[in-house]
Amino acid sequence: MSFVAEFAKIPRDKLLLDLYSCTAQDVERALVTPAGDLRSLLALLSPAAEPYIETMAQHSAALTRQRFGANLGMYLPLYVSNLCANECDYCGFSMSNKLKRKTLNEQELMAEIAIIKGRGFDSILLVSGEHETKVGIDYFTQMLPLVKQQFSHVAMEVQPMSEDHYRQLVALGLDAVMIYQETYQPETYARHHSRGKKMDFAYRLATPDRVAAAGVDKIGLGVLLGLDDWRLDALMMGYHLDYLERRYWRTRFSISLPRLRPCTGGITPKVMLSDLGLVQMICAFRLFNHQLDISMSTRESPELRDNLLPLGITQISAGSSTQPGGYQAPDSQLDQFEISDDRSVEQVIKQMQLQGFNPVFKDWEANWITK
Amino acid sequence: MLKIADVEFESRLFTGTGKFSNSQVMLEAITASKSQLVTVAMKRIDFKMELDDLLTPLRQAGVRLLPNTSGARNAKEAVFAAELAREMLGTHWIKLEIHPDPKYLMPDAIETLAAAKILCDKGFIVMPYVHADPVLCRRLEEVGCAAVMPLASPIGSNQGLVTESFLKIIIEQARVPVVIDAGIGAPSQAARAMELGADAVLVNTAIASSASPIVMAECFKEAVQCGRRAFEAGLGRVQTGAVHTSPLTGFLNQ
Repeated sequence: MSFVAEFAKIPRDKLLLDLYSCTAQDVERALVTPAGDLRSLLALLSPAAEPYIETMAQHSAALTRQRFGANLGMYLPLYVSNLCANECDYCGFSMSNKLKRKTLNEQELMAEIAIIKGRGFDSILLVSGEHETKVGIDYFTQMLPLVKQQFSHVAMEVQPMSEDHYRQLVALGLDAVMIYQETYQPETYARHHSRGKKMDFAYRLATPDRVAAAGVDKIGLGVLLGLDDWRLDALMMGYHLDYLERRYWRTRFSISLPRLRPCTGGITPKVMLSDLGLVQMICAFRLFNHQLDISMSTRESPELRDNLLPLGITQISAGSSTQPGGYQAPDSQLDQFEISDDRSVEQVIKQMQLQGFNPVFKDWEANWITK
Repeated sequence: MLKIADVEFESRLFTGTGKFSNSQVMLEAITASKSQLVTVAMKRIDFKMELDDLLTPLRQAGVRLLPNTSGARNAKEAVFAAELAREMLGTHWIKLEIHPDPKYLMPDAIETLAAAKILCDKGFIVMPYVHADPVLCRRLEEVGCAAVMPLASPIGSNQGLVTESFLKIIIEQARVPVVIDAGIGAPSQAARAMELGADAVLVNTAIASSASPIVMAECFKEAVQCGRRAFEAGLGRVQTGAVHTSPLTGFLNQ
């Protein structure tokens, strides 16, 4: 039993119609009892909620402040490899892309870690392409202990794995897994994923179930905004989150809201998500789920990121590199996507403090968490 | 004066360290509250750093630290956290918190009792955060806890004394200090908790998340003092019915 069976029962066509036929009255009703109610989430994600963005933002900011205080968690991605055995037409790592391929060895990994630690980070997100044979469980079981020695919190954003493999990684100190469905529309998904194991929509969809069953503490969901109707994709992610929270009540959850960015050989987004839409999504999810972590990467511009700080996000990266070995030796030929906010971590922190926020580098004690 | 284990406290307001915008505001608010016991999450302290952003200012301020095990999801993790606190902070006081539910951060009664027994046996001064469950509080007292810390409502919710009826039973029965923790969102609610006879309250979110944390800290200080004095003075009994001026049984005296 996984979300795949539940997903099949969701009337997506009807929900799409509902999204676009919501009225102001539906939105006002949703604003009264938004927490944990999927009907309310639908209304808050609908075009009818656009005139209510300011109200939503006020609620969202207050709820976030109450729950998380002035704290904003600081993390950095560490790209360990750009090898990939998939063909995804929006991603710079796609196998057919003429890209310099690189996987960090132990020495290179340690060099990257030293730089990241030097900047004060204690929470790391390991990222790779999806290459099961060359950068698979053997690679990660070899590298994870090295990483865990240095960081209190270790998350991974790599290919989906089996429950048994996740269990092995949990034993080595893995704290979180980010697994993005990209889009919850199977037809659109098929169009964008033309080769490799990532073509298997259902296996990916059931991954958070395997992650949770293996005892990983935290799971990150996400959709790539721009592949299909973002309102419906966001709503489906809400359904997924709701399912997971009910079933795995000890697990913590986060979401990421990446907008499609230009990359080498990449496509132009089918649907553009405006800044207003992004704000609507952040606020809708905060109203829906008060304890959800919401991450903001350096894909977005400095101005927008600064403006988003109070609105509901809880985790932020700064000074990121999106290529293997990029902290030590930046090389634009290896990037997964272009970074929009290229300010240093010091600059970002200074801005956060000016706005009354407290950057938190450590919020997890690796030493006494039992695996 | 309030006494927990062998330590006396002039202030019956305990505070926290989370959610402030920076350590300066945190320090000023704690100072304004006159609190003498301040809880700090072990998971937030970076012992690898020489100057931790949370710990260093607290140490400078000279307040008594009450490390807590927030983040622990079972008894084993909480015991580790307590031992780490004893080793790194040099205190055997511990606020025992085990909440495996990340949504409402509800305390796990089963794991908490198990951890409390182990920690009391190891010589810790244990102050467990629990539901307002009178039987559980008695069990925790039996294993040697120095105080009990039942919740007023979910952590950070500002809902106030939702569990009032059960808090009254706990206060009536307890032989150790009762510190009402979690959910107190306004000074009036803190005053009410003290009027009921609580020995102390712990307030964090309502102060830290206020637009003016320092002013709010002072308000809580005054409310707690006021509520305590009212309790000591003795509140009038609440009548359930009217007192009739023309009694029905007056004829018996004629």
